[in-house]
Amino acid sequence: MSFAAVQRILGLLLTVFSFTLVPPFVVALAAQDGAAVAFATAFALTLSVGFISWLPVRHKRRELRLRDGFVVVVMFWTVLSTIGALPFVLADDPHLSITDAIFESVSGLTTTGATVITHIEGLPTSILYYRQQLQWLGGMGIIVLAVAVLPMLGIGGMQLYRAETPGPMKDSKLTPRITETAKALWYIYLSLTIACGLAYWLAGMSMFDAVGHAFSTVAIGGFSTHDASMGYFNSPAIDMIAVVFMFLAGVNFSLHFVAFRRHSITGYWRDSEFRFYVLLMSSVILVTVLGLYFTETYDRWQDALVNGLFQAVSIGTTAGFTTAEFYNWPGFIAISLLFSSFVGGCAGSTGGGIKVIRLLLLVKQGLREITRLVHPSAQIPVRVGSKTVSSRVVEAVWGFFALYVASFTVMYLALAATGLDLMTAFSAVAACINNLGPGLGTVGANYADMHDPGKWILCFAMLLGRLEIFTLLVLLTPAFWRK
Amino acid sequence: MKIIILGAGQVGTTVAQNLSNEANDITVVDREPSLLRDLQDRLDIRTVLGQASHPDVLERSGADDADMIIAVTNSDETNMVACQAAWTLFHTPTKIARVRAPEYLSHPALFSQGALPIDVLISPEQLVTDYILRLIQHPGALQVLDFAGGRVRLVAVRAYYGGPLVGHELRTLNEHLSGAEARVAAIYRKGKAIQPEGHTVIEPDDEVFFLAASNNIPEVMAELRKAEKPFRRLIFAGGGNIGRRLASSLENDYRVKIIEHNEEQARRVSEDLHHTIVLQGDAADEDLLLEENIEDTDVFCAVTNDDEANILSAMLAKRLGARKVMALINRAAYVDLVHSGTVDIAISPQQATIGTLLTHVRRGDVVVVHSLRRGAAEAIEAVAHGDSTSSKVVGRAVEDIKLPFGTSIGAIVRGEQVIIAHHDTVIESEDHVILFLTDKSRINDVERLFQVGITFL
Repeated sequence: MSFAAVQRILGLLLTVFSFTLVPPFVVALAAQDGAAVAFATAFALTLSVGFISWLPVRHKRRELRLRDGFVVVVMFWTVLSTIGALPFVLADDPHLSITDAIFESVSGLTTTGATVITHIEGLPTSILYYRQQLQWLGGMGIIVLAVAVLPMLGIGGMQLYRAETPGPMKDSKLTPRITETAKALWYIYLSLTIACGLAYWLAGMSMFDAVGHAFSTVAIGGFSTHDASMGYFNSPAIDMIAVVFMFLAGVNFSLHFVAFRRHSITGYWRDSEFRFYVLLMSSVILVTVLGLYFTETYDRWQDALVNGLFQAVSIGTTAGFTTAEFYNWPGFIAISLLFSSFVGGCAGSTGGGIKVIRLLLLVKQGLREITRLVHPSAQIPVRVGSKTVSSRVVEAVWGFFALYVASFTVMYLALAATGLDLMTAFSAVAACINNLGPGLGTVGANYADMHDPGKWILCFAMLLGRLEIFTLLVLLTPAFWRK
Repeated sequence: MKIIILGAGQVGTTVAQNLSNEANDITVVDREPSLLRDLQDRLDIRTVLGQASHPDVLERSGADDADMIIAVTNSDETNMVACQAAWTLFHTPTKIARVRAPEYLSHPALFSQGALPIDVLISPEQLVTDYILRLIQHPGALQVLDFAGGRVRLVAVRAYYGGPLVGHELRTLNEHLSGAEARVAAIYRKGKAIQPEGHTVIEPDDEVFFLAASNNIPEVMAELRKAEKPFRRLIFAGGGNIGRRLASSLENDYRVKIIEHNEEQARRVSEDLHHTIVLQGDAADEDLLLEENIEDTDVFCAVTNDDEANILSAMLAKRLGARKVMALINRAAYVDLVHSGTVDIAISPQQATIGTLLTHVRRGDVVVVHSLRRGAAEAIEAVAHGDSTSSKVVGRAVEDIKLPFGTSIGAIVRGEQVIIAHHDTVIESEDHVILFLTDKSRINDVERLFQVGITFL
C-alpha cells in the first residue's frame, strides 16, 4: 500500500469535486436565498483541503494496486459524504446538526433518498437543488465520473472502477479503454437525465422541479423538492413518466449502450437478466395493484392502479419516491414492497439492492441443487442466457448474499438494541442497505424522529449497500492491512 | 487506433502492453481465461475469450471497426485464417500475422491480397536471428539497428578508457574520423539520458548511441573503445529455431558450435547443418564447456527457450573465460537484472519484434521503428512529404524544426545518399529522416511533425 499515491489521488479528486459546489452557489446567487455564503465557504474549504493534501505528494505518481483502489474508493465516498454535509451545517436554513447533515449527505450520494428534513418546501432553493444534485452525482458513481473526466488515472482507473460499479461480473467493459467506458456510461446517464427532465417539463412541472426530479429519478435516488414527493404534483402523466425512467435507469447500462450503438432494441430482450427484471417487476406490480384493489384501500380502481403501479416500480427499483403513504397500506402489501427492494435494479444500473442478476444466479444455483438430488452424478452448468457462468462467480454471489444477510441482521439487532420498535428497525435497515429511502413505521415519511446512534448505523448501512458490502468490509479485515 | 491482438502469449502481451500505454483501444483474444484475466488486471484493455480465427469471436472483439489486427497466436494456421476472415468479413485495413514455418514463408505468392490477405508477416525468430547476427558482425556493440534498408545503422556501445574520443568533446568526433561521418544521437550516463551537444564530453562507461553509414561503423566504434578483434569462434547454446538459423547463416565464415540438450533435436540439427559441430549435452555443464575450449571462445550465446537456463549458462561461460556472452531473455524483469552484469548482452526478443509492429501503428509515413531501452526510447525513420508550406519539416534546416524535448535528428537518407545531420542541413521532400527519441511519450509530437497539412492533398 502506498499512502502517498492514495493521498495524491484523493487530493486530486477532492479538488476536482469541489467544483460541483459551484452550480448550487450560482443557484443561490440567482435565487437570493441567503445560502450563497454557505456554498462559497464549503467550496473554499473543499478546494483547499483537496489542494493541500495533493500538494506535498503531487510527484508521487505510481500505478494504483488492487488494494489502493479499495482504499481510494471507500475513503473518497466517506470524505465526500462528510464534505457534502458542509452546506447543510453552514447554511442558516436548514442549519442541521452534524449527524443530521452527514445522514442527509450520505443518503443523497448513495441515492438512498432518506431524509431528516421535515419541511422541505421551506428550504432555500439552492439547498433544494443541491440535494438533487448530490443524488445525481452519486447515481452513476462519482468514481466512474472521475475516471471519465480524469484520464490520467489510467490503469489505476480499472481498480477504482471495479471497486465501485455494482454487479457480480465486473470485468466486462463496454469499450477497450476504461476512460471510454466511463464516458459512455455518463453519456447514457446524461441523455436519460435530459430526456427525463424534458418529459417532466412538458408534463407540467416547473423548470426547477423538472431538473431536480430528473436528477433523482435517473439516479434512482428518491429525493424530492416537496414533502409529498411525487404525490405533490397529483398528475398521472408525471407518475407514468417517472415509472418509465425509473424502470429504464434500473436496466443494465451496457444494454442501453449496445442498443444505442446498434440502433436496435432487440438486445434488451435477449438478455436474461433483463427478462428476469421484467418478470419480477411485473409480478410486484400485479401483486400490489391486485392487493390494493381487493383490500379496497382506494375507492376508485383507477387510483389503485396508478398508485400501485407507481409505488411498485418506485420501491422495486429502490428509488423511493412516493405518491401515497404506502407505509399506511395494508401490512402485506407494504412488507412485500419492502422485500422487492432487496432485489433492486440490474447489475450496472443506478439501482440498489442485491441486483437482479445475483438473484437469478441464486435461483439457478438452487434449482441445480434440486436437479442434483434427482441425478446425483450429472454435470449441471449454471447458465445465464447461453453462457455458462464460472463457478467462481457463483461462489462470489453466495458469499455476497451471506454477507448481505449477515450485515443486515447485525445492523437490525443493533438498531433494535437502541430501543426502536422492531418494524421501524427492520424497515429502516432494509431501506438504507438497499438504498431505498422510505421505510415503514416511524421512518415512513422521514427519519427526523430517529435518534443519533441510529442515524450513524444507517449511514454505515447506506455506504455498505452502495459499495456492495465487499469493498467496504475488505477494509475492515486485518489481512488487508498486513504488510 | 482500434487494434485487435490475437493470442496472449509473450509477443501478444508485450504488444498489448506497449500499445495500451499510447491511448490505443486494444482488445486481446485468447483461449486461456487465466492469461486474459491476468492481462485485464494489469492493463487498460478489453479481453475476449475464444478461438481467434472464428468470425463470431472476431466480431465480438469489434472487428467491424478495427483499424488493425495482429495475429500472434502460436499456430501459423490460426493466424493466417484469422487474417483471411478479418479481411473477407470485416475489411480490416491492416493485417499483421506471425508465420513461423519457412515452408509457408518460402512462397510469397501465398500472401498476396488475392490469396491470403496478410499485409505484414512477422517472424520473431527471424528478427531475433538478424539482431544477433548484427551483434556478432560488430564486436563490441550492445545493439545494432538497421535503417533505410541497412544503409544507415544505429549502434549502441559502451565507451571505455582508451577510446580516442573518450574524455573529449563531441564536436571533435568528425575531426577524428578521416572522411567518415557520424552523429551521436543519445548518451546514457548511469541509466539517465543526456542530450548530446557539441560540448558534451564523453565519459568512460557512458552508453553511446550513434548513427553512421553502415561501412563507417567499425571506424566510429574504434573512437569510443579499443578496437576489438573480429569474432571467430562461436558457441550457441540451444539448437531450436534461432540457434539453427544463426548457425546456418554463420557457419561459412565462423567456427560455430551448437550445444543441444535433446538428443533427437541434436541429430536433426546436425543433419541440417554442414560445417557446424553439434554437441549433445547440457549447456551449463562445466566439463563439456571446458572440453570445447570455452576459454578460447569469442562469443557464447544462449538461445534456448528457457530464460533461467540461458542466464545461468551464460554466466558460467563467462566465468570459464568466454570473451563475450549473450543470453536470450524473455522476461523483462530478468533483462534489467542481468543488464551490465556478468552477462555482456541481454537480448530481449520482444524488443526486437515490437518495432516491426509499431511501424504500422505510427501515424505519418513511418517506415522503421526500433524500440529501445525496454520501450522507454524509440528510434524511428520517417519520410518527409509535402513542401515548405504544407509540411513542418520540408524546406527547413534541422535547427529550425521544432523538435520535442529529448528528440534529435540523426541522419537523412536522400535516395541512395546518406547525409549525417548538421544544424544547417535542409530537409527535402521524400527524405527519410532518422530520429531518436529518448522519451517515447513525445511520440505524438513527432508524428504530428511528419503529418502533411490539410492543404496538401
